[in-house]
Amino acid sequence: MELLLILVIGLLYAGGVYLILRRSMVKLLLGIMLLGNATNILIFLLGKITKAKPPVIDESYKIFQDIYADPIPQALILTAIVISFGLTSFAIVLLKRVYALVDSDDLDDLNTPEEEDL
Amino acid sequence: MLFTVLTGLITSSLLVPFGKFIKTKWSILLPFIPVLLFIVYLLYVPDVASGTNFLQHLPWVPSLGINLDFKLDGLSLLFALLITGIGSAIFFYARTYLRGHQYYDRFFGYLLLFMSAMLGVVLSNNIITLFIFWELTSISSFFLIGFNNDNADSRKSALTALSITGIGGFFLLAGLVLLGNIAGTYVISDLVAQHNIITSHQLYPLFVGFILIGAFTKSAQFPFHFWLPGAMKAPTPVSAYLHSATMVKAGIYLLARFTPILGNTDLWNYTLMIVGGFTMLYAAIHALFRIDLKAILAYSTISALGVLTFLLGLGSKEAIVAASVFILVHALYKATLFMVTGIIDHETHTRDLTHLSGLRKVLAPVFIAALLAALSSAGVPLTFGFIGKDLIYEATLHAPSHLALWLTVLAVTTNVALVAAGFMAGIKPFTGKLPQAYEKIHLPYTSMWLPPLILAILGLVFGCFPGLVGDLLNHRTANSIWGGETAMHLKIWHGVNTVLLLSLSTLAIGTFVYLINKPSILKLAAIEKFNRISPQRIITGYAYDIKRFSNWYTHLFHDGYLRSYHFKIILFAELLLGYKLWLSGPISIDFSVLTPPSWYEVVIMLVLLGALYIIVTTKSRLTSVVSTSVIGYCICLMFVFYSAPDLAMTQFTIDTLTTVLFVLVLYKLPSFMNFAKKGILVRDAVVALGFGTILALIALRVLYEPNTTEISSFYGENSYLLAKGKNVVNVILVDYRGIDTMFETVVLAIAALGVYSLIKLRLKSSEKE
Amino acid sequence: MKSAILQTATRYLLPILLLFSFFLLLRGHYYPGGGFVGGLVASIAFVLHSFANGTESTMKILRYKPISLIPIGLGISALSVVIPLLFGLPPMTGLWFEQPIPVIGMIGSSLFFDLGVYFVVIGVVLTILFTISLEG
Repeated sequence: MELLLILVIGLLYAGGVYLILRRSMVKLLLGIMLLGNATNILIFLLGKITKAKPPVIDESYKIFQDIYADPIPQALILTAIVISFGLTSFAIVLLKRVYALVDSDDLDDLNTPEEEDL
Repeated sequence: MLFTVLTGLITSSLLVPFGKFIKTKWSILLPFIPVLLFIVYLLYVPDVASGTNFLQHLPWVPSLGINLDFKLDGLSLLFALLITGIGSAIFFYARTYLRGHQYYDRFFGYLLLFMSAMLGVVLSNNIITLFIFWELTSISSFFLIGFNNDNADSRKSALTALSITGIGGFFLLAGLVLLGNIAGTYVISDLVAQHNIITSHQLYPLFVGFILIGAFTKSAQFPFHFWLPGAMKAPTPVSAYLHSATMVKAGIYLLARFTPILGNTDLWNYTLMIVGGFTMLYAAIHALFRIDLKAILAYSTISALGVLTFLLGLGSKEAIVAASVFILVHALYKATLFMVTGIIDHETHTRDLTHLSGLRKVLAPVFIAALLAALSSAGVPLTFGFIGKDLIYEATLHAPSHLALWLTVLAVTTNVALVAAGFMAGIKPFTGKLPQAYEKIHLPYTSMWLPPLILAILGLVFGCFPGLVGDLLNHRTANSIWGGETAMHLKIWHGVNTVLLLSLSTLAIGTFVYLINKPSILKLAAIEKFNRISPQRIITGYAYDIKRFSNWYTHLFHDGYLRSYHFKIILFAELLLGYKLWLSGPISIDFSVLTPPSWYEVVIMLVLLGALYIIVTTKSRLTSVVSTSVIGYCICLMFVFYSAPDLAMTQFTIDTLTTVLFVLVLYKLPSFMNFAKKGILVRDAVVALGFGTILALIALRVLYEPNTTEISSFYGENSYLLAKGKNVVNVILVDYRGIDTMFETVVLAIAALGVYSLIKLRLKSSEKE
Repeated sequence: MKSAILQTATRYLLPILLLFSFFLLLRGHYYPGGGFVGGLVASIAFVLHSFANGTESTMKILRYKPISLIPIGLGISALSVVIPLLFGLPPMTGLWFEQPIPVIGMIGSSLFFDLGVYFVVIGVVLTILFTISLEG
């Protein structure tokens, strides 16, 4: 299963990179989201995946009785997911704003004439 | 002593809020700051003259050996008196000179800052603290030189001065740190004790070279001298202050201060002698060809600095005493001449010697000041300059016998040129016929002509009664440099001897040169032909090339297209990571430790990859957004399978909200256009797949790294016992790493505020284009 | 997007989902859940309501602007950081009531912290979504 996850990670990264190399701003944003997802799975995988053993102590015990999934990557990813929502929403609004101003989704249209002269 | 350094700094910062106030008649308060400080230092004179040194120690970064150590000995006191004394004169003078200027308050802010920095330099007993003040002088002088910042030349010369002294500062810092590390201390008075260890160290040539570059750049020694004539673009009070007593003398101070630490070796002595000797002759001859009053003074200043460097290089007892005396001599007459030039410039609006003449009729007191200063600079008997010149000849004559003759010839030649240059600046504008245009000129305010007159008269008083300053100068100042007993009595009359003859013949030849050397534009043009091979040309050309190269280099990478930046960054990362992966050898896969996949997992993977394929290829915006959320849900399911319920829930809700967000904003936008050519698409696909492969390989490699779980198991085992929680992920979030979570919520809040203000922001119609 | 079924459904869904989100928040320390998830579920409840009935009517239910929830939430979190200082303990030390409370279980300062997170998340999500949808 790990190998499949690694395949997914690799392809997500590849897809993300491909998208951020495009001219469209929306694609750029989608690419960044894909990269974020890929990174989350990568971190998750590094904590050694464990099936059906959540890091929650059994009701009647005070300490773990069995092996359990590594909680640290989970806590890290949880914050990463929430933060990425903040990032995405800000980026989307920024994009909307730019679209309203220059009426284009093309990143190249954002270059000011002065910069092109250089 | 800290108090005196801080006074200027504090007043300077007070000028920011109270600048308006000081533009009124209350500006009279300003000059009293240097006057006050001058009096404070005068009170130290009796104690220091009798041999007491004052120390002050305030810890700053004690762990690094950097402290606010101050020490007041003869050398420091001489400089502190010059800085505050000449400073008082300059402050009175500038108050009138710049009256009504738009940035009057700013000017005095810079000037006070500069004065404090100079005091800091000469009082510091710690080489790092010294360096900090040293840099502060460079920076504040940058503002002073570029004070007329609407003038392009002025900005350029300020930048040149800053660049040259800044580069010197770098070398100085390197040298000082090396020195400090070798000696194991940054305290100057402790360094002196280690003179032998330092001079015999194998890195000695290196750090001496660095420190000398620092001092030479500051003191405008050849080949770094050219910033000084350029710095004449500054308002005249600034030139007078920076080039008579302070800025350029900081380099001399540094050399003098380090003589007992680094000096008395062949390397030190010969370098100083050669550089100083060449500079003094080169600049003195250059001065004769100038027609701008300030340019003459600039070159004669460089020459005088050369003389001082040369004397410190000679290093004999006589030379050190000569240097100590000459510092004061030069400061007095040069400040006077600069201020006189300022008055002339202020009244006639020109500094061109070919136009100026006969001003003695309209500016009598100014003429007296200028005459006295010129005579002192020429070393006419009974002026202080005479004593200074005597000591210089005495020093060269007492040099080792095989050098004495040549050094004396060098000194005499230089002084002949300096005599002529001094007369050109101090006498030429006042003699001859008064042109009609200048007949209506009247004396400026007293506060402008009195300060130079006082300084000039002081030069005469010290000349007639050298005992007034003798104790301090030859005893204590020279003693701080020399390190041993230097008692030599300053005398007006030594009897008829070689030195006197040399002095008189210098004066005679110098006067002769002055009389035959009529300033003319032709001569200026003639010497400017040599500019092609001047160090200024070479160094600025070099700087220009560096600038061009960095422009080219920057544009090579900054073509203004975001995707091309991405491309370069990712390609570079691929190369770096790929190389590292290649170095770490082959990867073997051990199937036994892996979890076997089940059918539903495989199905989800396939769905995910299908969605990914659709995002990359689709032209429809909505389709790609939906596919992104499909990927999110697939990942959510994986979290469910692999024991991460919290993650699954969060991913699910966030994914839903993100999709809502996308739909809210993006459903109106048109579908994607395809701009790129096929070749570029293939290229990008290759790079992207390469990146994916490398990341996958890294993931594979990490999979077989031994798992370090100490922290995890600590969290797991103590979760309930310490934090009374059973959901370890939540306990980590709200307890173990609560502060992180706290700040994460702050970040979220900032994002929300950003969104809110972006949406609410109404652009003006003019900005909407 | 106004449909009668959805409007009726959300009328009941909103309180139920809010209750559920609060439940998630309270039990977060012992079972999967917590402030983040709870806050997100609560925001989804409101978003659903706004889809069915329009953002204006959701804002009416909320009474206050969602942006005001952000400082409230941050304040609660900050309090739970600072309060242990009053007892002479390092900041963020967990403080607990002696007796467990029925249904919820033990109550401590970390619950307050999570409550702050809960409010911040609701505030942030609703501020973002509602300003955008009101603008559109």
